[in-house]
Amino acid sequence: MSKEPFSKETSQESTSRKSQDVNKHTAESALGGTVKVVIDDIELSVPFGTTILEAAKKVNIKIPTLCHHEDLCLAGVCRICVVEVEGQRTLQASCSYPIFDPIKVRTHSPRIRRARKNIISLLLKNHYGECYSCKKNGNCELQDLAKEYGVEDYKFGHIAKPRFGIDDSSYAIVRDMDKCILCKRCVRTCIDLQGVGVLESENRGDKTKIAAYMDKPMGEVVCINCGQCVNRCPTGALREKTDIEKVWDAIDDPDKHVVIQTAPAPRAAIGEEFGLPAGTSVTKKLNTALKRMGFDKVFDTNFTADLTIMEEGTELLLRIKKALVEKDASVKLPQFTSCSPGWVKFIEHFYPEKLDHVSTAKSPQQMFGAVVKTWYAERNNIDPKKIVSVSLMPCTAKKFECQRPEMNDSGLQDVDFSLTTRELAQMIKETGLDLPSLPASDFDDPLGIGSGAALIFGATGGVMEAAIRTAYEIVTGEEVPFNNLNVTPVRGMEGIREAALPVTKAVEEWKFLEGATLKVMIAHGTANAREVMEMLCRGELDDYHFIEIMACPGGCLGGGGQPIPTTPEIREARARALYSEDETLTYRKSHDNPVVKKIYEEFLTEGPCSKLSHKLLHTTYLDRGNKIDPRQTKMNAQEAKPAGTHH
Amino acid sequence: MCKRQGPVIFSDIDPLSGLKKALNMSRIEVVEEVRASNIRGRGGAGFPTGVKWNLAAAAQAEYKYVVCNADEGEPGTFKDRILLTEYPSLILEGMIIAAYAIGAQKGYIYLRGEYKSLKQEFERLAEEMRKAGTLGEKILGKEKFNFDIEIRLGSGAYVCGEETALIESMEGQRGEPRNRPPFPVNTGFLGYPTIVNNVETIAAIPHIILKGSDWFKKIGTEKSAGSKILSVSGDCGKPGVYEVAFGTTVAEILKLAEAKDTKAVQIGGASGTCIGESDFNRKIAFEDIATGGSVIIFDKTRNMLGAVENFLEFFREESCGQCTPCREGIPVLLEGTAKIKSGECSRGYLNDLFSLAETMQCASKCGLGQTAPNAFLAVMDNFKEDFSIKK
Repeated sequence: MSKEPFSKETSQESTSRKSQDVNKHTAESALGGTVKVVIDDIELSVPFGTTILEAAKKVNIKIPTLCHHEDLCLAGVCRICVVEVEGQRTLQASCSYPIFDPIKVRTHSPRIRRARKNIISLLLKNHYGECYSCKKNGNCELQDLAKEYGVEDYKFGHIAKPRFGIDDSSYAIVRDMDKCILCKRCVRTCIDLQGVGVLESENRGDKTKIAAYMDKPMGEVVCINCGQCVNRCPTGALREKTDIEKVWDAIDDPDKHVVIQTAPAPRAAIGEEFGLPAGTSVTKKLNTALKRMGFDKVFDTNFTADLTIMEEGTELLLRIKKALVEKDASVKLPQFTSCSPGWVKFIEHFYPEKLDHVSTAKSPQQMFGAVVKTWYAERNNIDPKKIVSVSLMPCTAKKFECQRPEMNDSGLQDVDFSLTTRELAQMIKETGLDLPSLPASDFDDPLGIGSGAALIFGATGGVMEAAIRTAYEIVTGEEVPFNNLNVTPVRGMEGIREAALPVTKAVEEWKFLEGATLKVMIAHGTANAREVMEMLCRGELDDYHFIEIMACPGGCLGGGGQPIPTTPEIREARARALYSEDETLTYRKSHDNPVVKKIYEEFLTEGPCSKLSHKLLHTTYLDRGNKIDPRQTKMNAQEAKPAGTHH
Repeated sequence: MCKRQGPVIFSDIDPLSGLKKALNMSRIEVVEEVRASNIRGRGGAGFPTGVKWNLAAAAQAEYKYVVCNADEGEPGTFKDRILLTEYPSLILEGMIIAAYAIGAQKGYIYLRGEYKSLKQEFERLAEEMRKAGTLGEKILGKEKFNFDIEIRLGSGAYVCGEETALIESMEGQRGEPRNRPPFPVNTGFLGYPTIVNNVETIAAIPHIILKGSDWFKKIGTEKSAGSKILSVSGDCGKPGVYEVAFGTTVAEILKLAEAKDTKAVQIGGASGTCIGESDFNRKIAFEDIATGGSVIIFDKTRNMLGAVENFLEFFREESCGQCTPCREGIPVLLEGTAKIKSGECSRGYLNDLFSLAETMQCASKCGLGQTAPNAFLAVMDNFKEDFSIKK
């Protein structure tokens, strides 16, 4: 019996389930040739293996889709994209039909129109509720299709009562399976894109439903709250848990001092909700909108992103020093970033034994929360109990992060509410403000200054670039050796990237680093994070120093709370917006931020990674493993074993 | 065990004589012999077996697999159970020949979960063959021909009889049909070239190799070579398994089974078609009535809408649930049938149902959804006396 390929293959299975390796074993595929295809009488040549859908796009023929998503592997289950292929008895799903031989395709015919209308009617049958009472009204792919195909009645009936009810057990994600059309985008997102896999189909036939692991509520499974599923849901079946009304209540309460911090990624994307093209940054218009909405102070999360660099960068240098100079074997390197709460929960669940590698620095959101209810409250004589601290984040996991029981170092819950980009857009619309036409205004003092380094936190590689701009200068006394401070080797959209930066000279304190090479790695999307963690477990990353991981594809700009749709092109556009805004800012490096300097002079007087900064700006992590009830973690927090290093 | 009789599979053959002959031929000659015999898949779809083998044989890959589809699940079929129980060595022999022809190192029998009692016997037989040198390494002394067989059990899902769903199931996934292309001959089990053949197809192989494609082609019709094993059940005196040459008429089968007062015959199981008396002179053949083997006889006391409901309920249960037309369409047809039964269905709604049935047939992802409306349509067409439509 010859050796079987099982052991090698099965480890890949969970992440590449349905992405069948198209025509893996034909000779032609290796040649990379082209093949002719005629679509609706238009002839074109496409690379061997191109799908009919992709080929049609090239000649501007629109084929409707539902289960298809550019980020995901093929499913071919909704069947809305069916077309006629000459010689084939049945219609073919164009999204999942790779062209290997010359074919003739028709994308519309009476049979196709009938099929599409029937399929839409079938999907509407069990799609409970009415459009006007749905959060996704106006941004629903099913609604759009029904309109496009003139499906105006419930030909095959319409469900009168909900079958499942709403699952709001999670801090971040609401599942309303009565609106689910079983396209499985969420399933493929969770398994393939994010490597988490809490969602799967359950049962068969008309009893099929998408369920979290073992049919448990979403709040009781190892969901990392990244919200990527929400971002890809074509209907209103998945959405964020909304804090809109609570934030309005706070604004409307004259006794409350309501402050909002805005993160850079939403500012580069919220314009999309108001019809602006992707990649239009509206930071200063947004400031005006927020002030007019009634927020008492509008601050910049970039301030604490700069603070994060000071703390996390210092932590990194201290780790390196301890490891190299003091030969302290207990120090863990490489150090991983900790800004992404989805990533933090991912490692807590799946690689808890590696938590000592994660920087203890809080995320910018949480540092901000701690600073607002301490330093800011003190300086301005405001009772911190009266402060309601709100954040605008591109993220659904931030909702979970602000509820983490340990995030109360100010003595109160540090951040009260975290709004997604979509939620804030909704609130602005409720005020009648037309964001694109508003005048520009600045952030409020004193927490309104952020550097360009902080701004690019919103893109994958951005934290790394910001850290390099600062750490390199601390060590060498010189600016990073890149044109206009742009550390281009760490930029880009590849899932896992790495870079090496030689330290040719060093100042006295860091002399031991002279001649060393700083090795870094960047990954985004937790399926990629999983690969990095596997490398770490195999000991392949022992000579790396710093690794940036963002839970979401593209980093925060592709976050689960960002406008829908988010596609590869839209992510690229948002990234361009961030990088070009960076170049226009007065301060480009975190350590140059004058407010950062001031807080270390006035408040955190012992400097980064000191006692007070540890109390307010650093945190601990939980060895969650399969412990999966986040509500219970609140009660169990004291008992659970904290993980994470303290310096 | 009573000796069965039939033109191909139930005809006489010495154990391993087909395999011995095959191993004295080149691989290409074996594929060519199967191709020349014009045998088509016995599972129901009727894909030419020789073409399938040829594609798999031509594929360049480190590993290749032979899978015997023993997930017999079509309502009214039980012929594979007879083959598996009474002719296990013939099946193993057919698989070994297939492996030799395409260059596979490993084979699987995907056994219907309900047939798990047969697993032990197959394993015992395989062990015996390994000891005898007819399975495992260097089969019958043939250098570089190593092939072994493992038994895998299904878990009761009808859709896993569909070859790509079967492969998914073997890989430990939900039993859901894959997108095709790519086809299993190219990208099958674990991504490697795989042929999936029905039990009956495989059981015919040793006969074809030993007795020759010309002998095989003489049996049956011009377009449907060989024989078909039928599982006959329902309102008849002698239900059971019959091997008949292709071209045998439905009337001849009814006679064999001693059926009286027959109103309707459902041929091909739930996914097949339902014919009335005027069609009883039609033939079992790919060019006339193709079937996986199920023949269910209804006498004149039966209302055919009841049969349609029964079949649709079966499909509602067994649809894998991934594609819209099948998952959502079957319950609509079922509701429609209930309406027709109670006399509440209008002509307009019936037309909607016909349109839906067409969509299911042409837009479903796999054969299950594509054939699910067949019985409904056939009864609407052939048994109008069993219902009335509102004006």
